[in-house]
Amino acid sequence: MNAAKAQSKDFLLAVEGLTVSFDGFKAVDDLSFYLDPKEIRVIIGPNGAGKTTVLDLICGKTKATSGSIKFDGKELTRLKEHQIVHSGVGRKFQTPSVFEDLTVFENLEVSYPQGHSVMGALAFKRSAEVVAAVEDVAETIFLKDALEQPASLLSHGQKQWLEIGMLLIQKPDLLMLDEPVAGMSVAERKKTAELLRRITKDHTVLVIEHDMQFVGDIADRVTVMHQGKVLSEGSIEHVKSDPKVIEVYLGH
Amino acid sequence: MKNTSPLKWFASREGLYYLALALLLVVILPLALDPFRLNMVGKYLTYAFVAIGLVMCWGKAGILSLGQGVFFGLGGYCMAMFLKLEASTPEATAIQSTPGIPDFMDWNQLTELPWFWEPFHSFSFTLLAIVGVPVLLAFIIGFAMFTRRVGGVYFAIITQAIAAILTILIIGQQGYTGGVNGITDLQTLMGWDIRTDEAKTILYFVCVGLLFVCLFVARFVQNRKLGRILVAMNAQENRVRFSGYDVAAFKIFVFCLAAAFAGIGGALFTLIVGFMSPSFIGIVASIEMVIFCALGGRLSILGAVYGALLVNAAKSGFSESFPELWPFAMGALFIGVVLAFPNGLAGLYQTYVMPLEDRLFKRKPKAAVSAPAKPAPAARQDEGRDYDPMLDQYSPEKS
Repeated sequence: MNAAKAQSKDFLLAVEGLTVSFDGFKAVDDLSFYLDPKEIRVIIGPNGAGKTTVLDLICGKTKATSGSIKFDGKELTRLKEHQIVHSGVGRKFQTPSVFEDLTVFENLEVSYPQGHSVMGALAFKRSAEVVAAVEDVAETIFLKDALEQPASLLSHGQKQWLEIGMLLIQKPDLLMLDEPVAGMSVAERKKTAELLRRITKDHTVLVIEHDMQFVGDIADRVTVMHQGKVLSEGSIEHVKSDPKVIEVYLGH
Repeated sequence: MKNTSPLKWFASREGLYYLALALLLVVILPLALDPFRLNMVGKYLTYAFVAIGLVMCWGKAGILSLGQGVFFGLGGYCMAMFLKLEASTPEATAIQSTPGIPDFMDWNQLTELPWFWEPFHSFSFTLLAIVGVPVLLAFIIGFAMFTRRVGGVYFAIITQAIAAILTILIIGQQGYTGGVNGITDLQTLMGWDIRTDEAKTILYFVCVGLLFVCLFVARFVQNRKLGRILVAMNAQENRVRFSGYDVAAFKIFVFCLAAAFAGIGGALFTLIVGFMSPSFIGIVASIEMVIFCALGGRLSILGAVYGALLVNAAKSGFSESFPELWPFAMGALFIGVVLAFPNGLAGLYQTYVMPLEDRLFKRKPKAAVSAPAKPAPAARQDEGRDYDPMLDQYSPEKS
């Protein structure tokens, strides 16, 4: 036990024996994997493999039945969602979830990591620092010219970028992205890959993605999930040539 | 709205709307109406406090409470208890078998003042309780519900049930609460007779003053980041949560804020009307309050004031001629609002009247490129931003 603890310290994220069961159905079953700092890990797998559930478990949306999630030496399974965010985990959802009634600027401002308490939000001032941080992130996510637009007017791809920007401004250590290029045009996909590559210089990223071309573009390592378990793990070439992966996911 | 001097603010479009309301309530209505009618307007205005709270709670944050009457009633009962104790001096109640306690207690064979009535001898305690008791109950309900993620229609049903429970409790505990008759025969406030025409007129102005205080508090909250989080929470609760906010805390806050407004409204109601009874706080009363808010426009705090005024005026007018038809008319009104103009009067105003204003004052349309020949009469330092009565705030600042 002690040895495992010491070992897990070297990883940014250590998921061990993670299990969640919904009325007896184990969506995630004794899952273990480890993320190094600054690594880009992509999780792939057929529908229902439990990929999104893993992200839900890490960010606290779903509570684990058993197992442990250690992030930077901290146990996440006991924390509430907003506490997990404060410890440095950012999560992007599959469908773009931005605040449609607010402008792009306000979307980013609300995500700025300051004034998170009720009183803090009452006292929060739009300081030069905040404006600078918002503009900086807007530049990164290609939305510098759209700052004053209501988010509802953005295209699907732009909304995805905005949500990524809302994570970036939180300055998380771990970014979790659920299918960031789903529904994007080819041009948008390219830009997103570029965006992710830029982001990953300072962040550890955990991505769920189906597009194998895109996966090959960005992944350091790939984890293939099947029926709540790890089926295969390694470089993209390794998993692509793994007969088990070909069997259940990639097809012949 | 940074670095805005108050004077400039009053010349802004939003400021003018507030001025118009102040003009109506402080000058026009007192001049046009006799003290009796003015007193009635004062009564309607006490409901506007509740409606403002509902705008914040329901319109902005999406928490529909069908039990605001509870908080209105608690504020009202706190005030009524104080006034009743003042009216129940041993001299005034000498004919009772136990002099010095409220008359209804004596009728119910109580021989001493219940413990929870004791603190209401103190006026400062009463003032504290008018806000504190509703807020405390709202906090308990909010904490129990929101930390367990109870929301939407379930929350509405629970608040409705609480309204029913409180009514039944008050009616059942006649000896302690005055029962179905309520607490009546209130006479003086710190020795000042509240039943005279003069007192009623003064109370009306006190009510208007406090209403503006509440309006400015609500406006302050909605213009801060907190206000944006409330709106954001309404549509994307999970995104707010995963942006690092404790959603339950924000919901509890806005629910307590609405309860505080309702409590103040209730206390003023007791002063203006002269008594408090369970009929003002039950299920029907609570739903009526939601209708005031919906008709005025559930996204606009100013709209809520007009909604409360108009629906209540219609209610009085209707009830004077066809008392039995009013519930049907109100039901029809509610259905009409929900179906035809979900954003209420404020929404209609924005769609139909504001473009007229723009033309009348030669305001630059939003996308105008050419500069106007001379500044519009009500030109603001933040020209180009448009006041949005639906959200009751300016469109975002151009940087």
